[in-house]
Amino acid sequence: MINWLANPARFMRLSAKAVPWCSWTAVLVLAVGLFWSLMVAPPDYQQGDTVRIMYVHVPAAWMALSVYLFVAVASAVALVWRHPLAEVAARAAAPIGAAFTFVCLATGSLWGRPMWGTWWVWDARLTSVLILFFLYLGYIALANAFDDPSRGGRAAAVLALVGVVNLPIIKFSVDWWNTLHQPASVMRIGGPRIDISMLAPLLIMALGFTLLFAVLLMVRMRTALNERRAMALRLNAGAIPAPRPGREPVVSANTVVP
Amino acid sequence: MTEIGAFFAMGGYAGFVWSAYGIAAAVLGGLSVYSWRRYRDSIVTVERLQQDLGRRR
Amino acid sequence: MAAFLGLFRRDLSLALRQGGDTGLVIGFFVLAVVLFPFGVGPEPEVLRRIGAGTIWVAALLAALLSLDRLFEADYQDGELDLLALSSLPLELAVLAKCAAHWVATGLPLALTSPFLALLVDLDPGAIATLFASLLIGTPALSLIGSVAAALSLGARRQGVVLSLLVLPLYIPPLIFGAGAVEASAAGNGARAYLLILGAVTLAALALCPWASAAALRQALE
Repeated sequence: MINWLANPARFMRLSAKAVPWCSWTAVLVLAVGLFWSLMVAPPDYQQGDTVRIMYVHVPAAWMALSVYLFVAVASAVALVWRHPLAEVAARAAAPIGAAFTFVCLATGSLWGRPMWGTWWVWDARLTSVLILFFLYLGYIALANAFDDPSRGGRAAAVLALVGVVNLPIIKFSVDWWNTLHQPASVMRIGGPRIDISMLAPLLIMALGFTLLFAVLLMVRMRTALNERRAMALRLNAGAIPAPRPGREPVVSANTVVP
Repeated sequence: MTEIGAFFAMGGYAGFVWSAYGIAAAVLGGLSVYSWRRYRDSIVTVERLQQDLGRRR
Repeated sequence: MAAFLGLFRRDLSLALRQGGDTGLVIGFFVLAVVLFPFGVGPEPEVLRRIGAGTIWVAALLAALLSLDRLFEADYQDGELDLLALSSLPLELAVLAKCAAHWVATGLPLALTSPFLALLVDLDPGAIATLFASLLIGTPALSLIGSVAAALSLGARRQGVVLSLLVLPLYIPPLIFGAGAVEASAAGNGARAYLLILGAVTLAALALCPWASAAALRQALE
């Protein structure tokens, strides 16, 4: 399976078909999800209409974490099997994950203001997400910090694995830290039980976000492969100063990947 | 208050609810537009380079 | 073992002979802590309350300051390639360099901290805990920092990238180190904190040399 997908040419072919389909499905699902969460879902008896923020906030939080896991797994595959597409996938996914993390933080803050009376509390969960955001920023900065793009990719892959080992440790320490510095008036949000009328839009939005992630991932991966191809073509053009008749330039989909 | 007015008022929390959705739309939409533009640019670049190479031969 | 000690001694004498390194780190540490009263005011209660935290944060930043020197010079002059080829496993070489880095920066930071604690009016018990927590925690700073230093080797604007990578990873030692002092100042036992801080350091000792060596290998590739 991994080897079968390892071929960038095959990825280009498959994703060319998949992108339009996924895009339209994502638009449709997100439209349904927005309609449901803004119009159909009932206001909460305690939180009123602010509960509608949950339908963006919670799926964004899920995405923030699962995209980081995706980056880590892709990085592991890239490092262990030298899988050429895995590295491209990890680098393409990280900015999307950072965007979801930012959305999670911003909407959480906008939810906290009317509910807790403050834009920010140093709650264990919020703090962990903030640190996750910094981990994303570090990954992106490192991946783009080198003149040689493949060097950046490998360094960032190691960092993603270091980060994923650290994530539970950071979570544990933040939880510990928080139980000691518990802010007095934090209202517990949600609970184990959630009504089906609220769960449905939540899951639809989560599905919509996942589809959006898939589309963006494929588009960004295609961009990265195109850019590598452009670089290979440029090198090739430079390498052949004079036209040589009867010789095909050695550019194929496979030369795209170093 | 009309029904549509009630919808936009969001039970008095309009500022918070709409700006939350607005930020989410701006960030995710912005990323989508940026990614798509860059994708189109990359296609154009590859095509141009390929044409150049074809002309040279 | 001889190779390990040799590398350790070489790195240490380089760091001490260039002299600037340790002095700069301590100077930064002292200055950073001294700045805080100007920011929050001179009331002893306030300073006592935030003292442990400020000293720990200043120690983190001071340790960060010296990290880019950990591999940089050896990377530039090709020494690192020789290390990678030598019979000493690269993981142990990293460990030796971290040990030297700790003796040149972490240990002096811990030794300076009691004097800074006097400036923010910590009581003797808290000062002892602060010293112990820095002694236990600073090796973790050198070890975790070595991973980030190895990863950012040869990067553009290495210093900025390095701090962006390393500061989130420094949060656990910071929480338990500053927490220990705070607990002891509040009259609760600091034992649990110090034990967890020790666990963090031991985990860093076990994992970081691997990660750094992996990062160095791909930098040299």
